[in-house]
Amino acid sequence: MTAPNDSNNNGGVPVPVPPAGATSGAPAELPPASPAGRGMFGIHGTGDVSGFGGLVRQRTAIEDSPRPYGGYFDEVRDALEEAYPEFGDAIEKVVVDRGELTLHVRPERIAEVCQVMRDDLALRFELCSSVSGVDYLGAEERRLHVVYQLTSMTYRRRVRLEAAVSAEEPHLPSVTSVYPTADWQERETYDMFGIVFDGHPNLTRILMPDDWEGHPQRKDYPLGGVPVEYKGAEIPPPDKRRSYQ
Amino acid sequence: MTTSNYATERETTEGKVFTVTGGDWDTVVSGTDPINDERIVVNMGPQHPSTHGVLRLILELEGETVREARSVIGYLHTGIEKNLEYRNWVQGSTFVTRMDYLAPLFNETAYALAVEKLLGITDDITERANTIRVLMMELNRISSHLVWLATTGMELGAISIMLYGFREREYILDIFETITGLRMNHAYVRPGGVAQDVPDDAIVKIRNFLKMMPKKLKEYEDLLSGQPIWVERTKHVAVLDVTGCLALGVTGPVLRSAGLAWDLRKTMPYCGYETYEFDVPTHTDGDVWGRYQVRLAEIRESLKLVEQAVDRLSKPGPVMVADKKIAWPAQLAIGVDGMGNSLEHVAKIMGQSMESLIHHFKLVTEGFRVPPGQVYVGIESPRGELGVHAVSDGGTRPYRVHYREPSFINLQALPAMAEGGLIADVIAGGASLDPVMGGCDR
Repeated sequence: MTAPNDSNNNGGVPVPVPPAGATSGAPAELPPASPAGRGMFGIHGTGDVSGFGGLVRQRTAIEDSPRPYGGYFDEVRDALEEAYPEFGDAIEKVVVDRGELTLHVRPERIAEVCQVMRDDLALRFELCSSVSGVDYLGAEERRLHVVYQLTSMTYRRRVRLEAAVSAEEPHLPSVTSVYPTADWQERETYDMFGIVFDGHPNLTRILMPDDWEGHPQRKDYPLGGVPVEYKGAEIPPPDKRRSYQ
Repeated sequence: MTTSNYATERETTEGKVFTVTGGDWDTVVSGTDPINDERIVVNMGPQHPSTHGVLRLILELEGETVREARSVIGYLHTGIEKNLEYRNWVQGSTFVTRMDYLAPLFNETAYALAVEKLLGITDDITERANTIRVLMMELNRISSHLVWLATTGMELGAISIMLYGFREREYILDIFETITGLRMNHAYVRPGGVAQDVPDDAIVKIRNFLKMMPKKLKEYEDLLSGQPIWVERTKHVAVLDVTGCLALGVTGPVLRSAGLAWDLRKTMPYCGYETYEFDVPTHTDGDVWGRYQVRLAEIRESLKLVEQAVDRLSKPGPVMVADKKIAWPAQLAIGVDGMGNSLEHVAKIMGQSMESLIHHFKLVTEGFRVPPGQVYVGIESPRGELGVHAVSDGGTRPYRVHYREPSFINLQALPAMAEGGLIADVIAGGASLDPVMGGCDR
């Protein structure tokens, strides 16, 4: 098997690529990527006996995009490098994909980076549009990613910051002191992913009840649901149905 | 022997006997003034006619003054984002339409734009599809603002405007029903375009609506703008300036009422908004009155946009991308029971072409694959920036979809608006944010 190392084939997210040796993208050759992909008849894997089902999907590492990035992305990077001397230490990767710039930030540095992004005159990301999480279960050690979408109203630019933490040590500083709007969004991310934002004034659940157990948006948290009988046939719940992964 | 503060006790042959006297209570309450400085905590909602949905407010009051206000949300959480991960990309539009139930077409369009960006087909969306999206979104913006006007009027005691607002919204829902087959939860805007073309009788209805609506707007203003109670209840109430709005992430009419003309249709255009003629209304007071003025002006601007979009629809064209691996195979038609496959298409796949049947089956059951990656798309919904962060792992289902819901973000500003004001102004302030709890809790 050859390791895929084309930096642009994963769009900047650590997800599996089609298995090496597969002849086409036909669904039977791709085993389910998540527990949710389990088949309708309790089969683990695809239930296919051709042998292709035994192929292992490889996870690609996120890779730096080559410069120049194009657009305003070079300007943003240069401005941040100039305003923030610890750039090389704090920024792990810079990915440009589909016309969007993503800075992968070391989690312990996220609040500092946000402060610079907001206050530097050449950056001026005044608005934190969104904070949310993504769980890349099985893709990498630090599977829980926190994604910040920053908007500069002055320059009409957007940039995404991404910080990855592990499920065992899901801690990173809160950015509420820089962007007060992150308050509820960090609470939602904590509620849904169990990511703890240190320094948040009131990190409690927000959408789920206070005594809820588990963090529903994690990939190893089941969807739930009960089978439904319809005209004599039993329809399994959505996560138990036949799936094409 | 222990002595109680409230009763003396005495041992008798029958057991302990307590003598309760009223005197102690006086000493207990003598140190407080229950009328003037007692702080009481009032729970308002989640089932309350004037909290604008299943929103719960916990208010700490000193007399009638609100000292602290905290909102509790989550009562309408339905796990839509999690559910999306178990359906294919096209099915997603039927889920997201149910989030903010007053602006379903914005939810769908934002989702469709995100999926199209992931697929890299943003530039392939046909001109007619974009025009229809703009038309539908602007009609939806009017209907959403009308509901805002209606419910806010009701919450502040103006019952007539409630009836008027819902009456005019009915016209728009009727137009939606003609076009999409449904009044709400349309699933009309799909990744790749829209489900089907606008029928001719809908154009007639829209033209009639455009003729009627300006007169109605005049009626609303005659009813409210000069009315002393309305003015008293809205002017200088729940003020939030631009700095406060930006810090709290508040966008949309609330931000524009404070004076910043930030409208994504102008600043970061999508769906061809840059080719339309319209203004971004602003106000400088940053109070409930300003938000009322901005929303009424936005209805007028939306009418302009609808008119331009309808004019452009006279040029026919496809409403879905040409790529048959993405475009829904059926030619949909509206029947008596809503939208469904056209009889012609059913006859073709069942009677004439086995390949069409296979193609239809594969695309409907399995769906198309989306290359791995992540995107963020923001559009201007009636409540502010509606953002979609979509992640694909290369499969036929979304890996993660997150909605940046303006209702959720804007509601954070409620304590900043309410604390220090009167309890009656909590209602006016909360209503002026226009939170829709279906969107807020998702």
